[in-house]
Amino acid sequence: MQIDARKLTHLRELEAESIHIIREAAAACDKPVMLYSIGKDSTVMLRLAQKAFAPGPLPFPLMHIDTTWKFRDMIAFRNELAKQPGIEMLVYTNQDGVAQNMNPFDYGSNKYTTVMKTEALKQALDKYKFDCAFGGARRDEEKSRAKERVFSFRDQYHQWDPKNQRPELWRLYNAKINQGESVRVFPLSNWTELDVWLYLWVEDVPVVPLYFAKERPVVVRDGTLIMVDDDRMRLKDGEQPKMKRVRFRTLGCYPLSGAVPSDADTLPKIIQEMLLNKFSERQGRLIDFDEEGSMELKKREGYF
Amino acid sequence: MTAETELIREDIEAYLAKYQTKELLRFVAVGSVDDGKSTLIGRLLFDTGMVYEDQLAAVRRASSMEGEDIDFALLTDGLKAEREQGITIDVAYRYFATDKRKFIIADTPGHIQYTRNMVTGASTADVALILIDARYGVLQQSRRHAYIASLLGIPHLAVCVNKMDLVDFGQKVFDDITADFNHFASSLRFKDVTFFPVSALKGDNIVTTSAKTPWYEGPTVLDYLETVPIADDRNLHELRFPVQYVIRPNLDYRGFAGTVGSGVIKPGEEVLALPSGKRSTVRAVDTFDGPIDEGFAPQSVTVRLNDEIDLSRGDMLVHPSALPTVTRRFDAHLVWMHERPLDTEKAYLIKHTTQVVRGQIEHIEHRVDMDTLEPAPAEGLELNDVARVRVSCHRALYVDDYADNRETGAFIVIDSLTNNTVAAGMVIGKGGARQGIEDALKELHAGSAIAPKTFVSPTERRERLGQSGATVWLTGLPGSGRWTLAFALERRLFDLGHTATVVDPRDEDLRSMISAAKAATDAGLITICAFPSPKHDDRAQLRSRVGAERVVQVFVNTDPALCRERRPDADQSAFEPPEHFELEVRLHETRIDAAVEQIIALLRTRGQLG
Repeated sequence: MQIDARKLTHLRELEAESIHIIREAAAACDKPVMLYSIGKDSTVMLRLAQKAFAPGPLPFPLMHIDTTWKFRDMIAFRNELAKQPGIEMLVYTNQDGVAQNMNPFDYGSNKYTTVMKTEALKQALDKYKFDCAFGGARRDEEKSRAKERVFSFRDQYHQWDPKNQRPELWRLYNAKINQGESVRVFPLSNWTELDVWLYLWVEDVPVVPLYFAKERPVVVRDGTLIMVDDDRMRLKDGEQPKMKRVRFRTLGCYPLSGAVPSDADTLPKIIQEMLLNKFSERQGRLIDFDEEGSMELKKREGYF
Repeated sequence: MTAETELIREDIEAYLAKYQTKELLRFVAVGSVDDGKSTLIGRLLFDTGMVYEDQLAAVRRASSMEGEDIDFALLTDGLKAEREQGITIDVAYRYFATDKRKFIIADTPGHIQYTRNMVTGASTADVALILIDARYGVLQQSRRHAYIASLLGIPHLAVCVNKMDLVDFGQKVFDDITADFNHFASSLRFKDVTFFPVSALKGDNIVTTSAKTPWYEGPTVLDYLETVPIADDRNLHELRFPVQYVIRPNLDYRGFAGTVGSGVIKPGEEVLALPSGKRSTVRAVDTFDGPIDEGFAPQSVTVRLNDEIDLSRGDMLVHPSALPTVTRRFDAHLVWMHERPLDTEKAYLIKHTTQVVRGQIEHIEHRVDMDTLEPAPAEGLELNDVARVRVSCHRALYVDDYADNRETGAFIVIDSLTNNTVAAGMVIGKGGARQGIEDALKELHAGSAIAPKTFVSPTERRERLGQSGATVWLTGLPGSGRWTLAFALERRLFDLGHTATVVDPRDEDLRSMISAAKAATDAGLITICAFPSPKHDDRAQLRSRVGAERVVQVFVNTDPALCRERRPDADQSAFEPPEHFELEVRLHETRIDAAVEQIIALLRTRGQLG
């Protein structure tokens, strides 16, 4: 065989790097867990983990932090996945938050996210004593993530200190931690949004149908299209759900996820739309609009 | 970009089919706050269409610049804290793609912490892109950046002579800088060095060829990044397969998962396992998508062998004809990356491929003076220091010269207490004849090269305990009050917040007692001994084993008549009064508590109590 044939495309090189990262964390940590958010990034991450340990099962469970306000399609997708052999799915909800009737309408996205996502995640990690949590975050998502490490160290309170991150060199990841501390591991660090979509297309991996355009009931709120996914949605005066052909670029809690009008109903069309539109990914996710640099603040508090 | 946009619009599937065959290139961009690096990166992102409209709008809003120029540097600014300080303090990674390649940029700041950051960004880079301000020429810092890039084994160097607009795009300025730089760079190890006359601010020769430099016939920076050949930079001739994870879903399947560090691994080929030295042949190279004809660097694969040989994480598969050097001791370039300086007394953890071993920086040969880039004598190593050192490990590592193999030549040093990554190392090969299999196996099965060493250095103990270990040795006649004084001293030290103990296995032989005293002193305790040591020889033995500088001998010189009265049955004749002692207390004249204070005062004077 010629040397020239021994070339990897960028996608296969990213794949190899991610598999290396996942295996490294699984080998070096005592009790890892993969945070599974049901979205496209989690879907790619899960596929990479399956590749890392094939033909064996995943040596760690998946865990979904369920805020109770996710789209119904997401939950159905998750439940189907959980039936697959070799997959152990944990679902965790902050019951204190449920008891307080925590919801995105009465409390505002900031408070709600803190309680149902950030706090819930901390509780779940403490409950199961996980010392390593895989997350699907990418460095290209947001400016503050550009400096995030692949192995990101968290103290015993799950806090991230941007000034106290370990230098990360070569492929030599340092997963050493003391009792009570943990690492967040981001196997998709070097992937871009386009890489993720392309990989899903190349690998033919199913994703939640919400990513594809379809007629859905929506209202316009603060300039954003919000889907009325169930009867808990509180409509304001004058708001009347209308059927519109929309899709979602990012998925989260339905009252906080903005839809975009679209005809893209296949992966290539989604990619085409993305490339031609060139709008920042997080524009559709309301939580970032609260405050300048808000992702950085959330990360310090323990959110991914 | 337009032809590409056209294709996206017209035939997205064709575009995707083309896009997915792109190659990945990683480069590190180095420069100081003022030489325009952020602007250059911002320009690359902007001109390749990688900036989203809303980002651009935000940058336009935030741009403090007047007129039509956009402050591209704002596109690459990172954390809030940094924006406030107006500097970039850490390596940031950026991504963009053209129709030829996908790029990962390690964007490293050039200010005071530059070495740590640049080394981090450079460790995985194929190309180093450094900036020189055309007005100032080749400054010391440019040499430093090139030196580090070369040290980290980056094969290709791109030198952007920036701010050409401020020197009227003069050819002579560019040619002089090129000549000056080449003169220096000939001593470094780059495969090639390429120069570009650019203006990051105005966009000249970054993405589009500038009309203002008709005298320049070379490529633009982007052309270069798209075409510089990197596939041959990989080491594909020496197999290094560090086992990362053993996959054993059932009794019939035993696969060794890992990333091919270098070389190629194929079914049917003979491999040798380190450290066992056992041989087998490759049965299959598996992936999730099925077995493949061969695995090559940097693929992540799972290897099955034809024989049941014992292999676990940290072990390595190699070809018997191309062994790495199997060694516990090697020379290396070390870059110190932590505020806490190197402690040569301390054992660290060394992570090399998938192995973590205990090891020690035994000796600093010399430091590299980062101003002259010449060797300089070194007492110790501090943050951002680069040095040549000797490393010794408890177990053998399978290493290659870093220049030949970045995979098996690289290691990191981890502080075993804090778990911080404190240094990055690059193995310096011994040169000469390659080690044979017999020698390799001998090294593997020899005893440890160094005595097992504690992870905790005396300095760390001193900081934790607020004192340094000492043995307070009380000698005197039977009945002189040694034990009473010993326990009173222990109590008083404890009350003062110190950590002290009385060595009290009264019936042991003297040798065991001394061992116990030494162990407690090593642990950093104020160790109080009162057991009988009547002879000069006894005391000499103790001083030599515990270390004279750590022993405080107190002669408890109580009136012999009083001692005899207290212990009429004891034999006083065996006692040889000490000739050398640090303190004398006479317990028939001095109260016990006053004697205790005298001893404590002496310990303080000697610096033993912090």
